[in-house]
Amino acid sequence: MNTLKNSFREILRYPSAIMGMVVILLLVVIAAYAMIKIPYNNAITLWRGGEDVWYQNPKFAPPAWYNFFLSKKLPVSFTANTMDGSISKKITPGAQGTGTVDLSYTFDFNYDGYPQEMFLYFNNKFQHKQPFVSIMWLTPDGRKIRIGNFGANQKETYRFSQDEKLQIRLKNENVMEGLFVNPETKAPLKGKYQLLITGTTFEKDSDIDAEFVFHGQLYGMAGTDQLRRDLTVALLWGTPVALAFGLIASLGTSVLTMIIAAIGSWYGGWVDELLQRITEINLVLPFFSILIMIGTFYSHSIWVILGVTILLSIFSGSIKAYRAIFLQVKESMYIEAARAYGASDSRIIFLYLIPRMIPLLIPGLVSSIPAFVFLEASLAVLGLGDPVLPTWGKIINDANANGALYKGYYYWIMEPAALLMITGLGFAMLGFALDRIFNPRLRDI
Amino acid sequence: MAIDDKSSLESAKRKTSFGNSTFMRVARYTAVRLLTLFITVVIGVYLTIMIANMGGYVDQIMKNEIRDRFQTTIAISPGFQKLDPNVRKKLMEETIAQEEKRMGLDIPIAVRDARYLSNALTLNLGRAINMTSDSGSKEVRLILLGRLPATLLLAGTSELFLFVISVLLALSLSRRYGSFWDKIVITLSPTSAAPPWFYGIFLILIFGALLKVLPFGGLTDSPPPENPIDYGLSVLKHLILPSSAIIVSQIFLSIYNWRTFFLIYSSEDYVEMAKAKGLPAGDIERRYILRPTLPTIITQFALLVITLWQGFIITETVFLWPGLGRTLYQAIGLYDIPVIVGSTIIYAYLLAITVFLLDFVYALVDPRVKVGGGGRS
Repeated sequence: MNTLKNSFREILRYPSAIMGMVVILLLVVIAAYAMIKIPYNNAITLWRGGEDVWYQNPKFAPPAWYNFFLSKKLPVSFTANTMDGSISKKITPGAQGTGTVDLSYTFDFNYDGYPQEMFLYFNNKFQHKQPFVSIMWLTPDGRKIRIGNFGANQKETYRFSQDEKLQIRLKNENVMEGLFVNPETKAPLKGKYQLLITGTTFEKDSDIDAEFVFHGQLYGMAGTDQLRRDLTVALLWGTPVALAFGLIASLGTSVLTMIIAAIGSWYGGWVDELLQRITEINLVLPFFSILIMIGTFYSHSIWVILGVTILLSIFSGSIKAYRAIFLQVKESMYIEAARAYGASDSRIIFLYLIPRMIPLLIPGLVSSIPAFVFLEASLAVLGLGDPVLPTWGKIINDANANGALYKGYYYWIMEPAALLMITGLGFAMLGFALDRIFNPRLRDI
Repeated sequence: MAIDDKSSLESAKRKTSFGNSTFMRVARYTAVRLLTLFITVVIGVYLTIMIANMGGYVDQIMKNEIRDRFQTTIAISPGFQKLDPNVRKKLMEETIAQEEKRMGLDIPIAVRDARYLSNALTLNLGRAINMTSDSGSKEVRLILLGRLPATLLLAGTSELFLFVISVLLALSLSRRYGSFWDKIVITLSPTSAAPPWFYGIFLILIFGALLKVLPFGGLTDSPPPENPIDYGLSVLKHLILPSSAIIVSQIFLSIYNWRTFFLIYSSEDYVEMAKAKGLPAGDIERRYILRPTLPTIITQFALLVITLWQGFIITETVFLWPGLGRTLYQAIGLYDIPVIVGSTIIYAYLLAITVFLLDFVYALVDPRVKVGGGGRS
């Protein structure tokens, strides 16, 4: 206990170790937040969802904080809805069961670009007679533009850009430009815009609800991909996946390697010889290609890949390093004493030999985590990522497949890459410091 | 004078006999290593085949594929439609059995694995399903060997630069540790946690997309220049980014490792002694630090090269470098089983050749092999 306290105090002497620990702690917090905020099943349905889940988002939209660096501000996406009251709604009953529903929505538009597209989704209640809606558009300079009039079904979608009559009325092929342009300066007009929808209902319980969806050029904290998915989901959920994969793989590999090295050096003879030969064979086995084969032929599941990774990494070069140290420890007096009073082989290996090595195990364990995190990402980049879970590597794969670097969607690759880098650096920095603390030969250097 | 002559003659004689026996020892050592390595490769390739076959799993895929293919051909051919359904079914089963026999799927798996093994060892890797080599052949061997030079070019260049740069820088850093540059290297060494492809993305972004000075990827400009000199220059230009990605990803860690290693060795007593004698720093480095540590440096380098081989698969994919790794990536996309298995076997060979070459160099520089014993630490 005391030594643990001492080594902890020792760690605090290294600024890189403190930074590494802060990063790791932060990642753990993000992972916990992700798992609580978006439960596992929820995350999977979100990530595999199509247009029905993500219709509110534009495609290929960089994150909203891009505006911070741009001199020409680009419009940020948003939605408004009568259900949550963001679109105000007033119902005036008329004669013979008819009624008027007035919907009004005002929003600020202070950007130097035009939106991608706008939609109105109507959700209407009626028995036989459709309600009739007319839509008006009020610009900040007081112009009043008639958008359209139509009878609306139960589920009605109105796309501003697809309305050919509106194109003619605006005398502009691009409806978005027509609606937001300042006719004099030919630049986007800034200020308060108002959308007015007047619905006439012809039945007693008939009602109109509408959702206004504004697809800007930018979206949210992390942006969106080719399927309109919000990248935040995958970035958040990638954290627990990466941490779990890295930790389990590295823990499994180093502990098993150590046990095998201990067994080999304790028994010696043919056991040791066999383990040495297996290590040499493992050296010529193309580890990554075998993982690829298993990923392609057998299973993409992250847990299968994890198991194979551990299995193939056990007999790595570090088994030789451990073996050399075990051979030294084997000759020490306390082992001799244990043998003299008749301790069993397994008792000596697990209670006397291995605990001696734990200080050496820890730095190696921490330093090898980034390699496994990147391994998972590498497989995902090759298209062999887990079929259901959203991971960082899968975002990079999607981005690469859609030519993100060539088309300039840099955020798409940079966000997961930055997270990978931070994770890798965090563990590597801590591992480095631990190595210097636990490895006395390095202490003075 | 006469005595002098005699003694020099004798020493010359001794030298030649010593040279001969050194040669013999190195040769014997090499032969033994070659034999053990061959056995290792055989077992390694056999394991690869077993994994590739996954206990008959791949056979099942192939059987299903054959069944599927014949069922559709028979279903759409008008000649068969007139036949009685039972006769047609019997006919179909017979054809499928025949095809399975042709593909060798009716032989027990152990026998087949052994046959695969001998085929694989002689690089008789079968025919690809969808892919073709640049010359249009469907032989997996030709496809893979055709792509090998590109991989070797990339690997050779980057590894050579990596090795030379990091050893030289490490030596000079070990001479003045604690200096500003030393601290920089220590601080940056955790960056080697990321693989080459990762830095490749950044390099493409900076030099390809933003600065537009270097190409995004590929081996040459398209169309490839006719003139051999232009062609070479074009390849060189395309080589810069992928090889720097590999070098950048490993350089700081290798400098750090070797610097630490040299530092440990330069505090040995005999180095202190040499310093006390007043030998020049260059001599101390070459004869007292570098010379005894050379075998370890080579072993370390071998391990690094082996790790890097694996990393090439994605690095090549990211840089559209037409090497083995990219072929493997394409084969995954096309589900071309023979190519995937074949390239895994080629990789096993490459790893074994790397191990052997470095072993051979090791034998040349390790005094213990030269003097006798032939032991390996």
